[in-house]
Amino acid sequence: MQALRRVFALNQNASWTRTVLATQQKSCLLSSSSILDIGIGLSAEKRQIQELALTFTQNEVAPHMQKWDAEHIFPVEMFTKTAALGFGAIYCKEEHGGSGLSRLDASLIFEAIATGCVTSSAYLSIHNMCAWMIDSTGTEEQRAKWLPQLAPMSRLASYCLTEPGSGSDAAALKTTAKSDGNYYVLNGSKAFISGAGATDLYLVMCRTGADGPKGISCVMVEKDTPGLSFGKIERKLGWNAQPTREVVFENCRVPKSNRLGPEGSGFGLAMRGLNGGRVNIASCSLGAAHASLLAAREYMTVRKQFGKQLAEFQALQFQLAEMAAQLVSSRLLVRQAAQSLDSGDPGAPAVCALAKLHATEQCFDVCNRALQLFGGYGYLLDFPVQQYLRDSRVNCILEGTNQVMRMLPCS
Amino acid sequence: MAASKGLKILVGCKRVIDYAVKVRVKPDRSGVVTEGVKHSMNPFDEIAVEEAVRMKEKKLAGEAVAISVGPPQSQETLRTALAMGIDRAIHVEIPLAQLEKLQPIHVSKLLAKVCESEKPDLVILGKQAIDDDCNQTGQMLAALLDWPQATFASKIEPSQDSKQLRVTREVDGGLETIDVSVPAVVTSDLRLNEPRYATLPNIMKAKKKPLAKMSPDQLGVDLQPRQEVISVEDPPVRKAGAKVESVEDLVGKLREKGLVK
Repeated sequence: MQALRRVFALNQNASWTRTVLATQQKSCLLSSSSILDIGIGLSAEKRQIQELALTFTQNEVAPHMQKWDAEHIFPVEMFTKTAALGFGAIYCKEEHGGSGLSRLDASLIFEAIATGCVTSSAYLSIHNMCAWMIDSTGTEEQRAKWLPQLAPMSRLASYCLTEPGSGSDAAALKTTAKSDGNYYVLNGSKAFISGAGATDLYLVMCRTGADGPKGISCVMVEKDTPGLSFGKIERKLGWNAQPTREVVFENCRVPKSNRLGPEGSGFGLAMRGLNGGRVNIASCSLGAAHASLLAAREYMTVRKQFGKQLAEFQALQFQLAEMAAQLVSSRLLVRQAAQSLDSGDPGAPAVCALAKLHATEQCFDVCNRALQLFGGYGYLLDFPVQQYLRDSRVNCILEGTNQVMRMLPCS
Repeated sequence: MAASKGLKILVGCKRVIDYAVKVRVKPDRSGVVTEGVKHSMNPFDEIAVEEAVRMKEKKLAGEAVAISVGPPQSQETLRTALAMGIDRAIHVEIPLAQLEKLQPIHVSKLLAKVCESEKPDLVILGKQAIDDDCNQTGQMLAALLDWPQATFASKIEPSQDSKQLRVTREVDGGLETIDVSVPAVVTSDLRLNEPRYATLPNIMKAKKKPLAKMSPDQLGVDLQPRQEVISVEDPPVRKAGAKVESVEDLVGKLREKGLVK
């Protein structure tokens, strides 16, 4: 069993992940390599972008995945490296340092990075979402000030919508921003904020007007602004490579010039940000499922019981086939949602919701099944599938719970 | 050396099975399985491309051209080179039927022909490809062109008088430093540099860079195979060893096997 541990344990260098992810063609199981080809249906150009992200992930992300989780490290240096490749503001305009690419390109990148660390890919996608909100809605001054810092990730951003009293009912948020001359005075708190305390710029949805969505504006609050503080770092089931904390505003004075878009436009902006955010989070789930499925398939060719490889048992082959169906259907739907956003399809928000709903649930199930296929070893922290499982579980909850995702296409 | 314009560099890149893939022998033992298997640029060629780009950045080189001899998919390899900073690319396309039988002698002849028209000052190739481990193309090319060669380079810099290239070579005895006049052929070794990642903006820019196609017929090179592969087999399964308790036991066992007198 020592040999098995060595082959599959995360503590190994990058080559384990690279071997698993590089081994496309295989045994009797799923003999057609195109089924599990992560580049399925993509043009040569898209594949090149995906290849870059995968190579980077294999070298710079995957080898550290386990450590970042165990030691709760937020890998800022790694993010700076991703930004150097252009991953910090993927779908922002090139004018101020964005990469000027599409939502589909972003989906490919987040999926690829998630094969090496779901949590890091998720944060990268949140940062990208915030950069886009500024790029699409900001004034020339705001864009010129912030994008040159956000694109290289020399400054990091967080998205603050959820509050202790308002999650799914986001429009019921209570954080107020009272007008005081050229300033807003913010009071209230946000909950479950990804990156809080480690990031530099907070995009805060707050109430400048009356109740309901039309009274909400988006205000950018810089770290170290007096009146801005953070709660304790939450202890979580997964996403340990990222601090999650409450963000507290106590008479926090923010210049009105930090408001993004007109007063009352904040909720719409937040929701538009989330459409892309949902595609991105779903893409992270794809990466987790992809890596888990390949790991399980590899394990099944090594582990023997009753004198045969696990891969020779039809019941287990059927498991893999079903997992492949779950993964590939999710992948195609997510990429379609990305393309709908790119083409400006007015129905895109519903497709994004559907994609998020389907992919996060199916991919979590793929990770869960993969863990089962590993048997007892799947339960040990030395083996990677448990981390993909824990990290992808929250994807069914944040950026709009999957229950809300069922509401959107019906409205 | 053309001081003002910088050297013109030709870099060879080969598309090979990715280093991390578990290679499998075909059931008919005629070769290894390549279909559906992940391929990428030969790692030593990545290093060669990186060196050419660095020489451009240091203004030692003016133009860097990448060349690949291989199937249609070699274009992906060339696009990677372009995205790393190479200026333009040449693809010598080999028909599928002749691909498996292609040998370094053929590749070096093709490269020599291209050198006749491109007239580079420096050709940088990977020292060997990780699929066949031949370590022949660079040397054969230099011989065909009658150019000096500096193989297993771990460092390339201008010589003291700037008229030649000073190349540090990794050899069995350590490091050897030689001065070569250009034009020359250099092959890259592992420690020459650490290749950069392409960046998204560079991948986008690379789409506009020229990629020319050529055929072996156009270059007038005959691809007749000189060797015949009889069979390809897995390495023998490692046999179990035996542990001994003492030095006397060890010597006894060695004597038994006739390994010592």
